[in-house]
This record gives sequence, C-alpha cells and structure tokens, in this order.
Amino acid sequence: MPSENIDTDQLIPARFMNRTRSSGYGGYLFYDLRYDAHGAQIPEFELNKTSGSEVILVGGQNFGCGSSREAAVYALLDYGFRAIVAPSFGDIFRNNASKNGLLTVPLKDQDHTEFVEQLSQSGSTNVKIDLAMQTLGFTSGANFSFEIDPAIKRKMLQGIDDLAETLQYKAMIENFETKYLQSKPWLFPK
Amino acid sequence: MISSQTLVEKIWNNHRILNNEGMDLLFIDRHFVHEGSHHAFHKISASGREVRHPRLTFGVADHYAPTGVGKPDEAMSVMISRLRENTAQHRIDSFDLSDARHGIVHVTMPEQGLSLPGTTIVCGDSHTATHGAFGAFAFGIGASEVAHVLATQTLWQKPVEPMRITINGRLPFGTSAKDLALYVIAQIGTGGAAGYSVEYAGDTVARLSIEGRMTLCNMTIEMGARSGIIPPDDITFTWLKGRALAPVGADWDTAVAQWRDLKSDRNATFKKDLTIEASNVVPMVTWGTAPDQVAAVTACVPFDGADDAALRYMGLTAGQAITAMPIDQAFIGSCTNGRYSDLLEASRVLLDNQVKVPLLISPGSAEVARQAEANGLVDIFIQSGATWARSGCSLCVGMNGDRVKPGQRCASTSNRNFKGRQGKGSRTHLMSPAMVAAAAVAGCIVDVRQHAGYRRSGSVPS
Repeated sequence: MPSENIDTDQLIPARFMNRTRSSGYGGYLFYDLRYDAHGAQIPEFELNKTSGSEVILVGGQNFGCGSSREAAVYALLDYGFRAIVAPSFGDIFRNNASKNGLLTVPLKDQDHTEFVEQLSQSGSTNVKIDLAMQTLGFTSGANFSFEIDPAIKRKMLQGIDDLAETLQYKAMIENFETKYLQSKPWLFPK
Repeated sequence: MISSQTLVEKIWNNHRILNNEGMDLLFIDRHFVHEGSHHAFHKISASGREVRHPRLTFGVADHYAPTGVGKPDEAMSVMISRLRENTAQHRIDSFDLSDARHGIVHVTMPEQGLSLPGTTIVCGDSHTATHGAFGAFAFGIGASEVAHVLATQTLWQKPVEPMRITINGRLPFGTSAKDLALYVIAQIGTGGAAGYSVEYAGDTVARLSIEGRMTLCNMTIEMGARSGIIPPDDITFTWLKGRALAPVGADWDTAVAQWRDLKSDRNATFKKDLTIEASNVVPMVTWGTAPDQVAAVTACVPFDGADDAALRYMGLTAGQAITAMPIDQAFIGSCTNGRYSDLLEASRVLLDNQVKVPLLISPGSAEVARQAEANGLVDIFIQSGATWARSGCSLCVGMNGDRVKPGQRCASTSNRNFKGRQGKGSRTHLMSPAMVAAAAVAGCIVDVRQHAGYRRSGSVPS
C-alpha cells in the first residue's frame, strides 16, 4: 500500500478505541477502507485481496502520521503484522511501534521505489528482514540496508521492557529530582 | 564560552537525567491524562506500580465528553467513568464533566495556569504541541509512554533537530492564526518537519495573542514536527498571572525571573530555517484529505499535484473553484479553534444572520462557555440558528457520538481533514472560525472578507 500519508485515523477509526486490548484490535485495522457501510468487504482494498497471513506491510511516505493513538499499533500487531516498511514514518507512531515490538523499517526513497518494483515482479512471499544486520531484501536477490536507533534495536532483539530498564536508574532519577525540584519551587501548584 | 543553544535545547538540557545509547532520559514537569489513557493505567496497575508524581499529573474527560448533540453509547460513558476511577485511585486531580474546570485538555490546562514556560509537558494526544505557545517543550506520546511517565515521571527521547520558522509582517484583514498555520503547512508539507522541533520567531508571532499562538503551535504536529514552541514574553506572563493553578507570590517572582532567560541564543543554529511573509496570507481552505492539501479560498482545486484518491474521496474535480462549494454542515470548536477569541470571531459573522446548514458550536472549555454566555455570544449563536453544545473534542474526532454522515461535507475549525476523521465517509474542509461561520450562513464555502457584517464589525487581526 505505498500511498502517502496513511494516517492513524485510517489505520483504526477513533470509534473503536474504547475497546480493551485483550479483546483484540486486529478486526478494526483499516476498518473503513476494508468494509462498506453495510459491513461487506470492499474487494478492491489490498487487505481484502490477500490471505491474511502476511507479516510485513509496505506503506508510503509519512506512514502512521496524525493522532498519537497506540491503538494503530495494536491493530497492526493483532492483525498479524510484525514489520512496516516505508520511506518515512509519523514520529509518534514510530515510537509507539518500538514500544510494542512492531518493527518500523525506513528505506531510502530510491531503495523503497526499487523494493516496491521488485516486489511486484517477484512476489511477496520471499522477503526477509534481518534486524541484527539491519537489512531487508529477498531471500535470493537484492538487499537494502536500513537505519534503526541502537537502543530500540537492542530492546527489540532482547525483548526488554522500557519501564523495567528505566527503573534500574532509580537512584540517578531520584538524585536528579531532588536537585531539580529545589531549583524550581514554583513547579508544584499550591 | 558563548552559549549557542536553541530554546528547546536549553529546556532539554535542563531536564536531562542521563544519556544512554543516544537516548536521553528527560524529567517531565506536567503530564495530562484523558479517557484514552486507560491502556496506560491498566499497564501500571497490572505490574502493581504507583503513579510517581500525582501532583504533577492532571486529568480531564474530553475525547468522549457528550456535547448533548450526538448519541453517546454505553461504551463512551464507561470510558469517562474509567478515567474517574483511575485518577481517583492514584490521587490525581481530574476535571470531570461536572467540574467548573472541565474542557478540552489543550484548552483547559492552559486556562488553569498549568502550562508554564520552560517546562516539559506531555499528554497522550498529538496536539499537545499546543502548550508550546507558552514556551514549554510539549509533545504528544502514545499509551506505553503514558504508562512510563505515570510510573517514573520521565521519558526516553531521541534528540530532535531544530527548525525555525520566522514570520514577519501584518496578517491581513479576514485572516487569523489558523489561516497562517494552514499557509505554513502548505509550504512545508505534512511530513516536512518530521524529526524536527519547530521554533516560531518574527514580529508576527511576537504580536500574536496567546490564543493565536496556541492555534499555531497546535497545528505544528500537522507538519510532522515533534513540537512547536514560541519564546515566552510579557504577553505570556500577563496571560498566566493569577490563573488558578499558576505559581503565586514569591514563587511567581522566582518563576518569571527564570522564564525571562528562555530564548534561543543569538548564534544558535537551526538545521532548517524558513521565513514566511504574513502579509501574503489569505483565508485558507483544505480541499483534500491531508492538511497540506490546502488552497486560498479564491483559488481552485489544483491540477498540479492533486491527489486523485483524495479528490475521489472528497467528491471534487481538479480545477473546480473552492468558493461556492456547497456544504452540508459546519463545526466550530476543538483544541485548535475552540477558544473565546475564536467564538468571538464567529459571532461577528453570525450576528443578525441565519445559518443555512446545521452549525454545531462546542466551546473549548466550561470557562469559555461561561465567557461566551456572559458576553452575549451565545444569544447571537442561538438567534442565528446554530446549536450551542457542551464542551468536548466533539466533531473534531467523532468519538463521543457527534458525527458527520457519509458523503456529507463539513466546514470545520478542527485540525485534521483525514478520511473518516469526522465519521465514516465524512468530507472535511478545514478553515478559520470566521470562515466556517460564513460558510454556515451561505450554505457554501465563501470568502469571509466579502461578508458585509464581518466587514462592518471591523475585526482587526493580530
């Protein structure tokens, strides 16, 4: 789906966001693009043309722009996606994805164009992402490299929870806090 | 050594606890939560954690707040009661529907004096950039980050690149901060500021009211930026002084003394540096499904660069004039344009006029509603045939039961014209409050500068 500006309102319409996570968000992914007013599938929409077992979604520029709703990431994950490939991502979406184990793969514009072209020629079943090597490519054929923040990469590879890691710095945080709050006596509303 | 830091860099360094692998752990001064924070509260409860600083955390029910117009369902009121329970459990001051401080988070928190210069402000909402109007480094975060801030009052952040947008000149008659914001987005594009923190500078910005600055900073997220910021000045301090939760007495004096230093150094470098001439700004109207698909009201839907899918969705053709395009309904409100000054602008158009299409007006807060009632604006609205609703996010995001029906065209003061944003199949045209009011009166998109009553009112832009 290499169109530009696939925003988080398209990824999951706001009206579904009052569901609890345990009920599963996969069914709401691209809901208004997947289904018509009567709840029937729109056959032309890409997700309705596939088997539903895909794990990599290829998007366009500024994928995930707009609202900060983490539900957009939940919907993609619960549907079965593990990675999103796009030339650029919405800032908050990229952050949200990294906190939930959804890999965002930013490709250079030219690489992305080439990748999409090759995908249409050789089919989409033999694509491989190597996070450790930071490459995306075909099991036989071209490979493209991508950038990822080292901290995000490490946490993803090791499956580390952000919060647990931060709490290892508890003493440093408390030390900072004491000094900082003294320097800003006006910070707490009276 | 001569310092050469930008304002955001100064705030950032002042809040940095530590650095690890290129990420900084920042202390967070203000955390605002709303109904959407339920995932985060669930997350910390599940791991048995407490809220680290309940007194630096404030809540308000806005996204699902019923305006009395649409049909809220059970699930929506559950969202509001869940916020009530979560904030009570963690001893967080939260503004419930019946609270005199109730409103949209980005309208009411500033009104209460909680958005302060030099602070770091986060909220699980992308339009948190709004609070940059006070010289705060403010940005939206997702649910996992909300949980992280609740539990630690800190956040990991990768440094952002600085961008400066300098705006000089007088905004012409009939234009506002909203038109300016849309004009800037048209130049930069929806992804043009991705990875950047934007600082606004120039004499236009220095003259803008706090309300106008909030509108401008609010829309900065629509260029993909992390945040927008305006250095605080006497306009900021005067606006904040005496607000319910703002610092008082000696604390106020200490604070202002610290705030006066909050500006970028003269030799600070910005990776991107743009200049905009405000006198070129005209009333702007979006025609597409992204905020940079925008044109002057006097223009046509462009041939060049028009996105076919967007045009199909919007039911438009390239080359079609923007004016005279019929609308089905109109909306004035949201964190972008739901403030008193916005309602005042709309009232200048609506005075002695009747709306031709349904116009929903939802004030940004209970305080805005009280002012509008006290000063006779509400009488003007009701006499014009508009619907005066309760405060909430309402038709900006369509989560509370207020919705635009499929295929219907809505002139809206909100911030996003995304597909389906105001309801499945809805067609949104973003514009200023005066432009929306004029469209509601005409039943189609018109140039507010031609509106007789508005001209007579002599509305002077900042």
